[in-house]
Amino acid sequence: MMELYLKTSNNASAVKIADIPVVEYTELYNDLKERMTDENYHVAHYFATEIENGLKLYLILLNDATGEVLLSSVIPDYYTEGLASLTAIHPQFHPFEREMWELYGIPFDGHPWLKPLRFSYDRRDKQSTMDSYPFYQMEGEELHEVNVGPIHAGIIEPGAFRFICNGEQVLHLEIALGYQHRGVESEMVKTDNRLRQTLIAESIAGDSAVAHTTAYAELTERLAGYVADKDLQRERFVALELERIAMHIADTGALATDIAFQLYQVACEALRTVTINTTQAWCGNRFGKSMIRPLGTNHPLTESKIDTIRKNISDVCRRYNEVRCDALEAQTLLARFEQCGLVPREEMWRIGGVGMAARSSGLLRDIRKTHPWGYYADVVKHEPVTKSDGDVMSRLSTRMDEVLQSAIYIDEALADYKPSKKITSPDYNAKFLPEALSFSLVEGWRGEICHVALTDKEGRLAKYKIKDPSLHNWLALAIAVRSEGISDFPINNKSFNLSYCGHDL
Amino acid sequence: MLIKILNTLLMIVVALSITGVINRTRALLAGRKGIPFLQHIYNVRLQLRKGAVYSNTTTILFRIAPCVYLGAALIAFLFIPVADLEPLLSFHGDIIFVAYLLALSRTALILAALDTGSSFEGMGAAREALYGALVEPALMMAMATLALFCGYSSFADIFAMAQELDMNLTIVLVMVAYVFVIIMFIESGRVPVDDPRTHLELTMIHEVMCLDFSGIDMAMIHIAGWLKNAIFSIIAANAIAVVFCFHWWFAAPLAILVTGISIGIVESLRARNKLSRNITYILTIVAMSALVLLIGFLLIQNIEI
Repeated sequence: MMELYLKTSNNASAVKIADIPVVEYTELYNDLKERMTDENYHVAHYFATEIENGLKLYLILLNDATGEVLLSSVIPDYYTEGLASLTAIHPQFHPFEREMWELYGIPFDGHPWLKPLRFSYDRRDKQSTMDSYPFYQMEGEELHEVNVGPIHAGIIEPGAFRFICNGEQVLHLEIALGYQHRGVESEMVKTDNRLRQTLIAESIAGDSAVAHTTAYAELTERLAGYVADKDLQRERFVALELERIAMHIADTGALATDIAFQLYQVACEALRTVTINTTQAWCGNRFGKSMIRPLGTNHPLTESKIDTIRKNISDVCRRYNEVRCDALEAQTLLARFEQCGLVPREEMWRIGGVGMAARSSGLLRDIRKTHPWGYYADVVKHEPVTKSDGDVMSRLSTRMDEVLQSAIYIDEALADYKPSKKITSPDYNAKFLPEALSFSLVEGWRGEICHVALTDKEGRLAKYKIKDPSLHNWLALAIAVRSEGISDFPINNKSFNLSYCGHDL
Repeated sequence: MLIKILNTLLMIVVALSITGVINRTRALLAGRKGIPFLQHIYNVRLQLRKGAVYSNTTTILFRIAPCVYLGAALIAFLFIPVADLEPLLSFHGDIIFVAYLLALSRTALILAALDTGSSFEGMGAAREALYGALVEPALMMAMATLALFCGYSSFADIFAMAQELDMNLTIVLVMVAYVFVIIMFIESGRVPVDDPRTHLELTMIHEVMCLDFSGIDMAMIHIAGWLKNAIFSIIAANAIAVVFCFHWWFAAPLAILVTGISIGIVESLRARNKLSRNITYILTIVAMSALVLLIGFLLIQNIEI
């Protein structure tokens, strides 16, 4: 029997498209039907791209036990018959199949929730607009619908939330997104200017600028056959963990705000400011923009910057630990967060949850551990933080523990670090491997980020696909609030803090 | 007459100051500089200068609601004496009148919220109606305790007589004061029952009912809120003042400080309740005022025997 998959890893270079097996859809379907019952597998990306006379589907599957990445492709003959939906058996495929249906009209037979994903401007059915989103409906004298958004109070991105409630209790929540769609994926291939591409990557999700740019940089370096210097890898590692600390602290503060707990709120706001100002002292931008560049960096660490980072981070770590210890004993806080917004492990696995939300439900999804790259593969032996309850408190304590863990990582990485002059300036003109597929997996603070690129005969980017962890985890939020009081939706939302623009692209 | 005017002026000062004290306390505890003491008054002054915008789904009900809300609160406000002073208005049984004026103002706001047809406001109205219904027995029993001690049923007479009360009743009076402070927490939509600062429509109670009001209507609702705060805090302060020093110069500052500081501290040091736990919280206060009434009744009986 023919091999269904090409096996590679998150640390390997780009692969030739010709080396990726092209298989029959039914074979792949039958294999995945069995294979995905194993919890070690989860899908990182599954997308369609135009070829000369039709479409080609690429699948990137991760094996968390072995660290293998499985690549496969299909040229479907869907014009004559629909494809059997994998979502019907394994719900974690739902956003990918919905996207392919939306963009190319591939009919997935038996898909239980075939609805527009993000109203991409190049969607197939232009008649389908946000105003006609087919919300799920329930009938009943006692039920009422509450629509929140797409425009929200405060500084929240746009997105529509439709609740069906029985009194105060939420029976169903449906989340309709797409308001932030900017066409990021097509902008990436419209230009050959790699600096411009880098800047686009930085703006995929403003709160994960470092993580997304790292994914872009890793991907291009693999296409260019460039192996990043150990020092550069170390500095990228520090940048990524700094971003994680800043965002986790910000979200701790946001959770405190939503339960009107002023003391934690102001404490966390102050600490977050120190952290992002440290990032600014390093690269000139509080959110780490301009920090990461392909094949080099414009902001190599210096002795004095290392001192600043170590001093600030150890200070933040100490003070945050006090907040953490107090929070674990504050009854009024525990009363709000414990046993609220439960996502059981089984559910989290079935919907393909990733990142810190999955780890809070006891599902180990951490690219740093299962598919390490760069500094994570060489030096850090990362032990992920996991919690078992899957409630708001678990998600909060995962964040709190990860802040302390990241602070220790940063301190260890910088303790004996003597910056050499080996780090180069970025190179935006390196030649790419032609007709290749390159992907990169990065564990941002929110979870697994996956970038995939296909190159053409001249080595130019022909297709660029981005996956933010929010794509998977929005459904986890919808599940978390089921049967909760509607007034607890905000704390559930904050406990995930998902990205709208990361989803909408 | 001069005394009555002094009384009203003091009440106004109390009404205007409480929010400022709350903000200062919160800022102090958060280690912040905080907004100016009179910022809330500047904000309302700004709103008073503006017109109002009305949604075209609303009816006349929505437009008159702020007037009814403010009017009822204002009339109730005029019945309250500051310790040994006399209120502007008074008649036998006015404690019931005041209680129902407050209920009327709440009803006006609930109807206005329902009138907008917004799902958020409907939810807020439902919550407000539930809490209002639950808190009313507490209010009635606390007032009944005062009436029982003095044998009168108007605020002016109650507190005029209060100076002659037996010191044995101290503990009961302190508990009455406590009940009134908590009632104020609930009525004014403060933590732990509600959160006046939140921007989250789904968690709001009082604020969400006011979402559609703007300009001058919003200012009227704010002012009515201050007046209601003053009513409850003055009653609480009077109950305490009876025990220690029954003079207006003691009771008025006490009213500002007791409620202002306690709200400021509570809002800094604890999270708000889960919405479903608010019912338990309010019923606890109802139980407490029932206890206060019972103890008061027993003490009165013992003294007479």
